[in-house]
Amino acid sequence: MSMLIPFGPQHPVLPEPLQLRLEINDEQVVSAMPVVGYVHRGLEKLAEQKDFQQDTYLIERVCGICSFIHSLTYCMGIEELMNIEVPPRAKYLRVVWSELHRMHSHLLALGLLADAFGFENLFMQLWKTRERVMDAMECTTGARVMLGSCCIGGVRKDINPEQKKFVLEQLAAVEKEFNSLSRVLLDDYSVKERLVGVGVIDRKTAYATGAVGPTARGSGVEMDHRMTGYCAYGDLGFQPVTEQDGDSYSRTKVRVRELFQSIGLVRAALDAMPDSELKTPFKGNPNGEVAVRAEQPRGEVLYYLKANGTDKLERLRVRTPTFANVAPLLSMLVGCSLADVAVIILSVDPCVSCTER
Amino acid sequence: MKLFTIMKDIARNTVCGPVTRNYPAVKRVPFPGERGKLVMDPEKCIFCGICARKCPSHALTVTRKPEQEWKFERFRCILCGSCVEACPKKCLRLVPRLEPEDNSAR
Repeated sequence: MSMLIPFGPQHPVLPEPLQLRLEINDEQVVSAMPVVGYVHRGLEKLAEQKDFQQDTYLIERVCGICSFIHSLTYCMGIEELMNIEVPPRAKYLRVVWSELHRMHSHLLALGLLADAFGFENLFMQLWKTRERVMDAMECTTGARVMLGSCCIGGVRKDINPEQKKFVLEQLAAVEKEFNSLSRVLLDDYSVKERLVGVGVIDRKTAYATGAVGPTARGSGVEMDHRMTGYCAYGDLGFQPVTEQDGDSYSRTKVRVRELFQSIGLVRAALDAMPDSELKTPFKGNPNGEVAVRAEQPRGEVLYYLKANGTDKLERLRVRTPTFANVAPLLSMLVGCSLADVAVIILSVDPCVSCTER
Repeated sequence: MKLFTIMKDIARNTVCGPVTRNYPAVKRVPFPGERGKLVMDPEKCIFCGICARKCPSHALTVTRKPEQEWKFERFRCILCGSCVEACPKKCLRLVPRLEPEDNSAR
């Protein structure tokens, strides 16, 4: 006999409110139905009421983890509408902050995953390492999460030699600490017992259900928007990280490898940064419509902007990566045991407030 | 099969001392340029109102008539620094803040 169990919205492992109605038969999940809407804030509507330049700061608050990449995507959209060429130094600085954001997001996600499978110590160690990344962001921009450093036409802040030195020191420390922690994450028997073969989604299903980010790449789908070379990714020789197994362990492995890759990208961007202006001045208001994409830590984000020549946008629509990852998550859950549900949800790294805006 | 792989880190942590600070005895030194608190110099202000127009969260209100007034709602401020950049007289600045706001004077 099957029964219905509400998983969430308030659950010890969930960092944000998301409800999954699980149909359970003998401790096995038969089907799952998501219920969302607990943290809807109406940001899209609010964005239509503000000046398009003020929206940069509003859009940054869509997500508390990948805030910089949200404002970056929005600014790229407006720049495309108004034909603004971003100075080369600003492109490199955008890569630096994007990758720092990816690092702190992945460390957060891996820590929460460790917490979900009951490895409290690993969770604390990962978050300790994350503080170094937060310090690097605070030193360069003046804020820990809401950097506010991206603006239409470029960036608002520069990285001076002392700040560069500090960032490189922090990166070296993160690399050293994460080197030993990644061995725990990837080699430990108890961790592998909870991750290997749990929440499997094959390549075909992942592609068909529209998975993005580490969820897709963990199933062998080579899909990363950074491959298109937006900002300065084209100059830095970016190659996507993929794993083939499609289970929670694969997705964790993708995040671990991406973290090391991000360290390399920040170093390369800081070294290759050319000298130029930080911002291209512009006049007037945007007109027309545009769809623009960027790669967030959780996957590809899509912005649709419609402007009508006034200082306020007519429509702003955000499709966040977690929204795209809900359908693959539901197909992963079918057939798993109730005890593994928490690990599977956290292996997708859901960002619910992002999704509901 | 690898077991107890975290033991090396635990052993290291037993000798390296606490990572956290003994607050309030030991305070964190803020980074230069940290955006902590908006400060205004009323001597320089010309009450032009540009800061209020640029503020994305409507935390600032500037009136010129009947009397000159610069109003700031601290709880609405998101510390983005738009007003600081826009100010023609450079009378606004963001300073690092360590202590909680003293509400007794309000």
